[in-house]
Amino acid sequence: MNAPILTYVTFLPLFGVPFILAMSQKSDSGKNIIRGIALFASLITFIASLRIYFAFDPSIAGFQFIEDHPWINSYGIHYHMGMDGLSFWLVLLTTFLTPLTILSTWRAIDSRVKEFQISMLVLETAMLGTFVALDLFLFYVFWEIMLIPMYLIIGVWGGERRIYAAIKFFLYTAVGSLLMLVCIIGLVYFHHQQTGEMTFNLLSLYGTSIPRFYEIMFFAAFALAFAIKVPMFPLHTWLPDAHVEAPTAGSVILAGILLKMGTYGFFRFAMPLFPAGSAYFTPLIITLSIIGIIYGALVAMVQPDIKKLVAYSSVSHLGYCMLGLYVLTRQGVEGSVLQMINHGISTGALFLLVGVVYERRHTRLIKEYGGIARIMPVYSTIFMIVTLSSIGLPTTNGFIGEFLILLGTFKVNKLAAVLAASGVILGAVYMLWMVQRVFFGEVTNPKNENIPDLNLRELAYLAPLVVLIFWIGLFPNFFLKKMHVSVDHFISQVKVEAAAPSPQVHQAAAIELPGVTVAMAKE
Amino acid sequence: MEKYIFLIPLFPLLGFLINGLFGKKFGKGLISFIACTTIGFSFLVALFIWKDLLAMEPEHRIMVQTLWEWMAVGSFKVDLAFMIDPLSMVMCLIVTGISFLIHIYSTGYMWDDESYWRYMAYLNMFVFFMCMLILGANYVVMFVGWEGVGLASYLLIGFWYQGYDNAIAGKKAFVVNRIGDFGFVLGMFLMFWTFGSLSYLDVFPKAAEMYEHGALAINSPVMIAICVLLFIGATGKSAQIPLYVWLPDAMAGPTPVSALIHAATMVTAGVYMVARTNVLYTLAPTALLVVSLIAAATALFAATMGILQNDIKKVLAYSTVSQLGYMFIGVGVTAYWAGIFHLMTHAFFKACLFLCSGSVIHAMSGDQDMRHMGGLAKKMPITYITMLFATIAIAGLPPFAGFFSKDEILGKAFAFPYYPMAGKFIWFLGTVGAGVTAFYMFRLIFMTFHGEFRGTEEQAHHVHESPLNMTLPLMILATFSLIGGWFGVPAIIGEKLGDVPNLLEHFLEPVFEHSNHIVAAVAHPHHVPEPLEWSLMTLSVVVAIIGICLAYYIYMVRGKELPEKLAKQYSWHYQLIYNKYYVDEIYELMIVWPIYHLSVLLWKVVDAFMIDGIGVNGPGWLVKRLSAGARLAQNGYVQTYGAFMLMGLVAMVCFYLYR
Repeated sequence: MNAPILTYVTFLPLFGVPFILAMSQKSDSGKNIIRGIALFASLITFIASLRIYFAFDPSIAGFQFIEDHPWINSYGIHYHMGMDGLSFWLVLLTTFLTPLTILSTWRAIDSRVKEFQISMLVLETAMLGTFVALDLFLFYVFWEIMLIPMYLIIGVWGGERRIYAAIKFFLYTAVGSLLMLVCIIGLVYFHHQQTGEMTFNLLSLYGTSIPRFYEIMFFAAFALAFAIKVPMFPLHTWLPDAHVEAPTAGSVILAGILLKMGTYGFFRFAMPLFPAGSAYFTPLIITLSIIGIIYGALVAMVQPDIKKLVAYSSVSHLGYCMLGLYVLTRQGVEGSVLQMINHGISTGALFLLVGVVYERRHTRLIKEYGGIARIMPVYSTIFMIVTLSSIGLPTTNGFIGEFLILLGTFKVNKLAAVLAASGVILGAVYMLWMVQRVFFGEVTNPKNENIPDLNLRELAYLAPLVVLIFWIGLFPNFFLKKMHVSVDHFISQVKVEAAAPSPQVHQAAAIELPGVTVAMAKE
Repeated sequence: MEKYIFLIPLFPLLGFLINGLFGKKFGKGLISFIACTTIGFSFLVALFIWKDLLAMEPEHRIMVQTLWEWMAVGSFKVDLAFMIDPLSMVMCLIVTGISFLIHIYSTGYMWDDESYWRYMAYLNMFVFFMCMLILGANYVVMFVGWEGVGLASYLLIGFWYQGYDNAIAGKKAFVVNRIGDFGFVLGMFLMFWTFGSLSYLDVFPKAAEMYEHGALAINSPVMIAICVLLFIGATGKSAQIPLYVWLPDAMAGPTPVSALIHAATMVTAGVYMVARTNVLYTLAPTALLVVSLIAAATALFAATMGILQNDIKKVLAYSTVSQLGYMFIGVGVTAYWAGIFHLMTHAFFKACLFLCSGSVIHAMSGDQDMRHMGGLAKKMPITYITMLFATIAIAGLPPFAGFFSKDEILGKAFAFPYYPMAGKFIWFLGTVGAGVTAFYMFRLIFMTFHGEFRGTEEQAHHVHESPLNMTLPLMILATFSLIGGWFGVPAIIGEKLGDVPNLLEHFLEPVFEHSNHIVAAVAHPHHVPEPLEWSLMTLSVVVAIIGICLAYYIYMVRGKELPEKLAKQYSWHYQLIYNKYYVDEIYELMIVWPIYHLSVLLWKVVDAFMIDGIGVNGPGWLVKRLSAGARLAQNGYVQTYGAFMLMGLVAMVCFYLYR
């Protein structure tokens, strides 16, 4: 395995760009060829990424497929990539979701097709790069590049208030990122002071000892950047606007992958780089996660717009991911990583489904629908399955993720587990209430009488998601076993180092059961 | 034989997949064939496994089949595994057997429905999940079935989804069940972090062993917490106070669904769960007290609500809630086998009652109001006789099935080993409830089948006996309502009849062995003396007969005018009961309304105004305002610039002059 597979996968989407540039988008056939090229490029990327699946060795705790080449030598900046069990599924999720999304834009995006598809491909490269970069500088470059195509997708192809939403999205993210950049430089500076080595290499920077004050400040800055992306309460208000205004494809990528950048940032950078800072903020982050779970669910419940409802449900679901990550138990962390994948699949599918009726009726207001189940039976069935996955019914993927997170949380913090579990009830309320109003009852709006059911293309991009929903639900071990070792490594990295300056995490980990003198089940 | 256990849930799953995916294109005959034979096969497999189980030594009657490792993270390991022991065997035979009968009945009842295929697919799906629930070898697989049957219930209650109220009822059932599941999940978590496993064969022996070694005290807080949390799940699924409110609304579904899911099988899942967890409950007497008190309250409370209902299915719905209460009394007073016994007899007679009511509704062209019925006995003799059998059974008259099981429960409640005084109270509530039950059930019989027909001409003309595929299941179930009790004859009667053995208690004994030991060691249960046991038995029969006579007097002898007179005289009480104590309204006001308005408040005020308005757009607005001021300095007019220059000059001159 000497081929630079990560580089291949990351930059393969860009190979489509010159071909697309060469095409004319004046005619319909030209547009179709452009779409075809984009689809082809993303499919090739997916196929190439399967090579990663087969070559990946789940027994290695550290990074694999490492590529390390000097880039800007005087500052110790390298082109440094690698992958472990935490980024493994996120990379595959990205390469899997992108072709489906491109397939969904076939009819929805009809103006400036060329620019749109180029944006999609650039976006895919940037996302993949973010997930595999092991050099802080390289990471930052990908992280920022990612903003531009997304900004364009919302701002050019979005709805009525697209400019407001796009700028809000951009500014929100940029504010966090800039602070993070300052702290990256600060971190490199401390490392340089101690070792005399100038490097942006993440692996070398792990374990840099930083004065406690700075460690907490640095963590806060990183956490701010990532918390905005997640998004955590109260930094979430860009999300509903961005989702509602973005075209379907934008929402799918945004919810499916971009939000995971936030959680990924926490477990790759913020937590292991600054364990003491992370421990210092643990109570706050757990509190905000729980507020996010409940708040997101409550606000989702009263949304009149389906897309906004799904957007707020993302706030709730990502709350679970953050909670699982921060309880630092194996169940919690693995559940959290799995829930990121689940959310990509389920919420991605929900946005695609909302897009399907939007294309037909040009409205997303719940009250415009009603009784759709009779008109579109296949569509309704798939919507129902995805709904069940979103509310975590056993045998679907959502159950596994939530169950593991809550189980892991219960061990260290019972109150948090109880509060978070109440979100499961609210999840059923807002999703089923929406389903009831959209699908059941008589058809009251005559405009809905003749909506065509799903066509073959739409089935083609929804079916793989439905398969995955059950696949993860029935055989979660297939997914979990790839991350066991990496998760263990992650926990030891964050926990042990945190133990010295701040004992909070350890104290919380000791469970006391009144009346029972059982030794805790050993991990 | 254990390698065939998976076939029991597999057949219904196949039926669901085949009918669900392709049923739209099939003929109704083929759909029926697929749906019924798959359940029939499951039943046959269950019978074969039963045969093998009986061939084993009683104490070794456990079969386990592991399909695959489902989740494994750290110390947490869960297999997708099935377990057959006497308890799950009994449940499995009841579920597959009654499901089979109800599938056959459905081929008659639902034949004319345009979505027949969808109905049959859902029904098969239900049986699949129910089998998962009872055959699972650990709590997580049980939970799969637990939520899965909830889904099937949701889909079937809202089966006629074009009626918006049906869809609302389905959602209500799902959400209320979810509230219960919230407790169930937390109970599982606590159990896992206490015992390090969720598998029955790990947890129960370990708990018993820990108790014996003194590592686990009786009534320790953690055990109480586990048991009460699990019971919260049971109050949802099995419709006990305070979460029973979904069940009456669930009658919106097709009647065979009410019979199968909302009477005979799914709603008894909570009873099964408590019986399954018997070791832990026995170690937590306080939790048992909670269970049995809530159960007794439910048994009486729901029975009184059944008195004034006019919808034939609603009467049966409240009766189901009440009867489930009796089952929970049984398992709550450590008479686990008696709870299961009543579960079984109830499955027979309540399924029969619902199917009979379906037959009546069918004959009445969909009308469910008993005020429009009357005198149907002559026109529908089979339905009448079978329903009468089942009614006598539920009223608790010997030698029908309900007598034996209900009496066993009340007798055991009277001698509640942990809390003798509470036991007497529970017994009292249960006995009163039994009288009320006899009253409202015979009220139903009299209003429906006796007297004059009160419906329209058209209905009168249409009334007919149902076809054989509907009456045959009725006859089978009615027969079991008669003889079902003889599987569990109490010792006191069995002796008199020449040593008739108590087959069921004997068969189930190994499952409850640990519990029986613990109870014996902790509470030293005293035996109820024989004369007292006889008189308790006689008393409950007398109470039932009083109830029947009262119903006869009010609805047959006095006919129309007395009920109306009573309603006027006690209008306040009447309204209270008629409106089901306004519980739905109270929940609406206390829970639904505040949460909804809080959510709107959070959205409009916190999200839109505070965070977005002040926090996010605020700085933007501030910058805009400040720059509007600064912009004045660069407005492009030479005059302004000149003025500024002059002002600057003056300022500088002043500065130098007065320095």
